Amino acid sequence: MLRQLRALLQITHTQLIARRYFIVNGFDGALTMQGLIVGFEVSAPVDLSVVITACVGAAVALGVSGMTSAWLSEAAEKQNELRALERAMVADLGASAYGRAAHVLPVVIALVNGAAPLMISLLIITPLWLGQAGMTLLLPPLPAALVTALALIFLLGIYLGRISGTFWLWSGIRTLLIAVATAALILLIR
Amino acid sequence: MACVKRIVLDVLKPHQPNGLEFSLAIADKSPSARVKLTVATVDEKTETVVIEVEGSNLDYQAIHDVIAGLGASIHSIDEVEVESTAEPEAAG
Repeated sequence: MLRQLRALLQITHTQLIARRYFIVNGFDGALTMQGLIVGFEVSAPVDLSVVITACVGAAVALGVSGMTSAWLSEAAEKQNELRALERAMVADLGASAYGRAAHVLPVVIALVNGAAPLMISLLIITPLWLGQAGMTLLLPPLPAALVTALALIFLLGIYLGRISGTFWLWSGIRTLLIAVATAALILLIR
Repeated sequence: MACVKRIVLDVLKPHQPNGLEFSLAIADKSPSARVKLTVATVDEKTETVVIEVEGSNLDYQAIHDVIAGLGASIHSIDEVEVESTAEPEAAG
């Protein structure tokens, strides 16, 4: 099953699309959580449970949005590619690897696209949960979550650097600067 | 009983999987066979390839299924070599 899936990914070069979706939507999730946390940090103090509920709500919405939007768009794209190839081959490719790919791969991409922002958001929210559970952290829960968000954004930058073959530190710093600029923008328009 | 020793197929295939992956997939399903793939023509989305498979006892249906499974289609069987083996004599 896994071998077959890997073969389908290879034939259709879908691993590149999935990787791109993972980074784009993972970054989306991290920045959204960072924005929420910065917003709560500079607003009138509210109970930690309110912050957690808002963040979890946003994380779930990002996950569902990522999953459904990717599934709809990729299913349409893969069907279109399949029809174009069938016209060129003058054959029905429904039973071939291409036919299976048109059905299976949009689901795989949708899962990646939905899971990336959800998992990253949940990681960022973790310090809030730990704080609520009464655990002592090095920082208060909101700043700790903010640091987690910045660290994950930095890691995504490093991953991008590895893909592009550029210096990992510069790539990480670049994404970190985007996160800092986003926080500054939120503070500016507050 | 006759065994297929060599078969040359004219095949229309999508660009992906490429020739190497395509040949490896055929070889996977044809134990101890030798596969040679030659690209004849290349179009925008497809390419015509000549696939030569040699082995001691080739299973044409298995080769056909691999080719079809990868989205390609066999246009013609251009060459075939078949060898008959002597039936063992019935005892008694």
